[in-house]
Amino acid sequence: MNPMPAAPGQEGGPGSVLTALFREAGRPLLMPYATGGFPDPAGCRRIIDTYLAAGADIVELGIPFSDPVADGPVIQASSTRALQQGVRPATVLELAAQAAAAGGRIVLLSYLNTILALTPERFFAQCAASRVLGVVIPDLPVEEAAELQATAREWGVDVVLLAAPTSPDGRLERIARAASGFLYCVSVTGVTGMRDRLRADLPAFLGRLRRCTDLPLAVGFGISTPAQAAEVARVADGVIIGSRLVRLVQEAGDLTGGLERDADIARYLGEVRAAMAAAATR
Amino acid sequence: MTLQQRFGRYGGRYVPETLVPALEELEAAYERYQDDPHFQAELSRLLADFAGRPTPLYPARRLSERAGCRVYLKREDLAHTGAHKINNTLGQILLATRMGKRRIIAETGAGQHGVAVATVAALFGLECHIYMGEEDMRRQELNVIRMRLLGAEVIPVTSGGGTLKDATNEALRDWVSTVESTHYIIGSVVGPAPYPVIVRDFQTVIGNETRRQILEKEGRLPDGIVACVGAGSNAIGIFHPFLDDAAVRLIGVEAGGYGLDSGRHGASLARGAGGVLHGSFSYVLQDEDGQIQEAHSISAGLDYPSVGPEHAYLRDSGRVVYTTATDDEALAAFASLARLEGIIPALESAHAVAHMLGGPRVHGFGEDDVVVVNLSGRGDKDVYTAARALGVGL
Repeated sequence: MNPMPAAPGQEGGPGSVLTALFREAGRPLLMPYATGGFPDPAGCRRIIDTYLAAGADIVELGIPFSDPVADGPVIQASSTRALQQGVRPATVLELAAQAAAAGGRIVLLSYLNTILALTPERFFAQCAASRVLGVVIPDLPVEEAAELQATAREWGVDVVLLAAPTSPDGRLERIARAASGFLYCVSVTGVTGMRDRLRADLPAFLGRLRRCTDLPLAVGFGISTPAQAAEVARVADGVIIGSRLVRLVQEAGDLTGGLERDADIARYLGEVRAAMAAAATR
Repeated sequence: MTLQQRFGRYGGRYVPETLVPALEELEAAYERYQDDPHFQAELSRLLADFAGRPTPLYPARRLSERAGCRVYLKREDLAHTGAHKINNTLGQILLATRMGKRRIIAETGAGQHGVAVATVAALFGLECHIYMGEEDMRRQELNVIRMRLLGAEVIPVTSGGGTLKDATNEALRDWVSTVESTHYIIGSVVGPAPYPVIVRDFQTVIGNETRRQILEKEGRLPDGIVACVGAGSNAIGIFHPFLDDAAVRLIGVEAGGYGLDSGRHGASLARGAGGVLHGSFSYVLQDEDGQIQEAHSISAGLDYPSVGPEHAYLRDSGRVVYTTATDDEALAAFASLARLEGIIPALESAHAVAHMLGGPRVHGFGEDDVVVVNLSGRGDKDVYTAARALGVGL
């Protein structure tokens, strides 16, 4: 293995590339999610390209895991399908490297056991080699994070910590202190998936976080309509959309070789972007 | 934090952030009540009057002749609901009510834990939802009916192989969504801290009674204790009070399934590697990418691809020796115990019995040695499975 050395200023915290992306944009970032290798590796690559062409600021790419306890039925089904297609962590890292080469900014989502099986040292080295900027680990609370963060930092990769509305202030402070890149704020009590409405206390939750940190706050879980994206864009620095997009892929027929699917995705993301822009100027 | 989070390098709390406050709340409640005389008095009363404890320690004469040493059976099969699971569910329901939770969820494999949860939820008038793999619902139909009679909703789980692992995933997903109103009664010494400690403590009543009973009957400690190990709650419960007695050999029997080399078994300690499943770091059956593999056992309760973190620690330290019994050996022991002693054991417990029926060459005890086998549950639920496998007329 011949990893790229970490560039100066890439060690996480305020100097992280991810943090700078939010700061320089000066508007809430659009962060669509794709399950890596779903519906198949080639299709996934086209979906990422579609995201980027539609104005995605950061693409979140999930490594399929056999037991994704933080995910609802839509993303679970996509992970199972990807695994059945023989998708491996290396497949997803390769997709990430290709997207980064095309100018995309990539964050991975990986369950902890995937990282442990490869060993954290090799995992983060491969992330750096694939120009992955950060890794979201949904089953890694802050208490267990320090060792992985130290390894990730050596490779210039941010471990993105999650904060939840159920976290009391003391925990939010601890999470904020340990965080780098941005904070992934869970907008609902629950697993990933579309919701009719977001938690009413979302602005208050983000307000509690703002009091402990000036890191960017990206909100995910449950956002599916352009109106919800706009609602989140008024109070957050990033809007993460997952299950709704994965559902679009699942619903697409094979007849047009993915053309119709990609058109649906582009149209949907266009609507989301417009709604976010309108919300930001209001 | 005063409760133990780790056993050596094993254990920990690897869960979505949303659940951490609930685990902290549970930890605080348990710290408060574990030495509270009112809590302990209520639990002791329920264990005695409702669950029928203490369970007998029975000298199994004809089994002893066959085994070639003096075997006692710790009769957890005689506890209310038919297995040791009630010890833990009574303790946890008392914690749940004190935390003000009105809704109870649980996972179940063989259905014994599900029945024990449904039972205590009925006892306290709480809403109860049990997640159970579709495959397990088929092979443990009797327990599905029992849970429904007790007023619980049994929710079929179709993801993965439709067994205990998948049911646990679904229970965790439910809990992430309902954590503010719901208590999750985990059924074994697995899951994120503090569950492995809490479940162990509630199950040590088995070992504490065994110690008292064997001293009464024999005037000395046993030479060995044998228990089956799936996730490992009955085994920890009987082993734990003897960990400091170095002369007492402790033997855990995992599910050998079709044999270790078949790749179809439930022996995570024998063939697993360090990994995280369901919130703790332990031995896990997994492939080189860390994808969790399906376990296999004829007994649904041992059909689990990981094991409690304290067992992982005890394996590495060498204090407990872990071995396996195959499906066929467990079935033969199931049939033998019925004929030898008039006791139909759970297929899970039959794995421990099988170890003794292997004779001195397998278990290594001499004819004067005293060995306690934890008969963790009764076999009514398994009669269809066993009858099919053994070709007994239905």
